[in-house]
Amino acid sequence: MALILTAVAAPLLTPYEPLAVNPADRLLPPSLSHLFGTDVLGRDVATRILFGARISLLTGLISVTIAILIGVPLGLVSGFYGGLADRLLMRLVDLMLTFPGILLALVIIAILGPDLFNAMLAVGISASPTYGRVVRATVLAAKSQTYVEAARATGCTNARIMLRHILPNTVAPIIVLGTLGVAGAIIAAAALSYLGLGARPPEPEWGALLSEGRNYLRVAWWMTTFPGLAIMTAVLSINLLGDGLRDALDPWLRN
Amino acid sequence: MLQYLAKRLLLTIPTLLAVSLLVFLMLHLVPGDPAIIFFGDQPVTPERLEQVRRQMGLHRPLLVQYFDFLGGALRGDLGRSIHNSTPVLEEVRSRIGSSAQLALAAFVVAGGLGLGLGLVSALRRSTWVDAAAMLVALGGVSMPIFWLAAMLIFVFSIKLGWFPVTGFGGWNRLVLPAFALGFVSSATLARLVRSSVLEVLWQPYVTTARSKGLRETLVVRRHVLKNAFIAVVTVMGLQLGTLLSGAVITETVFARPGVGKLMVDAILAKDFPLVQGAVLFVALVYIVVNLVVDLSYAYLDPRIRFE
Repeated sequence: MALILTAVAAPLLTPYEPLAVNPADRLLPPSLSHLFGTDVLGRDVATRILFGARISLLTGLISVTIAILIGVPLGLVSGFYGGLADRLLMRLVDLMLTFPGILLALVIIAILGPDLFNAMLAVGISASPTYGRVVRATVLAAKSQTYVEAARATGCTNARIMLRHILPNTVAPIIVLGTLGVAGAIIAAAALSYLGLGARPPEPEWGALLSEGRNYLRVAWWMTTFPGLAIMTAVLSINLLGDGLRDALDPWLRN
Repeated sequence: MLQYLAKRLLLTIPTLLAVSLLVFLMLHLVPGDPAIIFFGDQPVTPERLEQVRRQMGLHRPLLVQYFDFLGGALRGDLGRSIHNSTPVLEEVRSRIGSSAQLALAAFVVAGGLGLGLGLVSALRRSTWVDAAAMLVALGGVSMPIFWLAAMLIFVFSIKLGWFPVTGFGGWNRLVLPAFALGFVSSATLARLVRSSVLEVLWQPYVTTARSKGLRETLVVRRHVLKNAFIAVVTVMGLQLGTLLSGAVITETVFARPGVGKLMVDAILAKDFPLVQGAVLFVALVYIVVNLVVDLSYAYLDPRIRFE
């Protein structure tokens, strides 16, 4: 929560502009006026990290949303209808799972070109098979329940049963998986940006910040240290949130 | 076992075909003419454009191009790099040594560290040792590898001057990259080893071993550790993907001339034949290693063979 708040309130928390260049203040070490120092163009590193939080958190959320939008319908259809559709879709999922995520992401970026949105798309698509798998398993378990039979007996259409009776069952595991997925997606997108395949400077995305800092490691350790700590803090808190949600949503683990 | 082996081998063929199709189509899914994209913003004569198009074989029907690509790949001919016209296979082959060295070293680091941390924290559960070890593991799971690598360079290369910053050759250029790459995987492993050791510690056969008067070290070595190893094999198999993406990043940070760096550089340079060749090669290695992990797992645990 604090994470999201700082991201939203970024402009209020800092007197500096994330993109304002100030050559007189270049490469200043951390001090009271610049808590995390300044970069090679005199920009305040703390400000850039704060504004970067918006980009990075949003990147994580959008990537996971893409993964869910692809994975959930896939798993739903596959689990509900079974038969040929299931076999074909699951083959596809298996195939995507045998193909390492990073390669798939790299291939997608090679096709679409390096850019932040393409990086989100790449991360989202390569994560989607996992969601498909989980939803399918949940659907298979829910399908044989009595309430589904009851719904069918009252004359519900397949679409209605799927959306109103089965989909709600998949919400809990998807929330847990999605939360943990945001953490993974932030790291993955930052990694792509770091490699120059995602967000490009001067955008203050965290991976891009680290990539900028790489060449100044010798003279300005703060340019690398603090964005990295920001990523770690964000990922750690999201992971803990995901673990907590899993414990809260899964009655089996509570016992 | 033989039957299982045959089945797994047969299942690999469609995967390989699909991967080759994906890699082949990559070039054609790029919006616009691949030859024009290759030149980007620089001015180019129509003749030069046509020349590159022919070099890429773009003037022929798609299906013919695919079979050509497949046939070439089977013969070990992956085309030539657009930039310097060297055969792609040659480029990839010259990078294998560096990548293999890194992967092996990282594997040792990950296994050793993960097993050690997990075992110690399980045996000293609910003490500060356990808490500290799990804190390290949690940090490892949340730490971006490129940041860990940069910090290692800063502390051990720039400040302490113990290791050279970048490059390839000699063990002292291997230590930092291997540690950076191995550490991230070791964190996941440590968590799993801890829980599986804790589980095993309560098994009746461990109690039996203790009650017949076996020394604690022997109990751990003979009865607990052996079972924890199955977890190690499983996780290392699952960690292959992580290790692979980590290797791409680690090689870039440390400027090691490996296959991963080749791939990233080729994408940035829009050298599509090189991207295709490198991706195909890495996917092949990944599939083969996965197969080996699966087989060794079936060997360790006979129940899997009969599924």
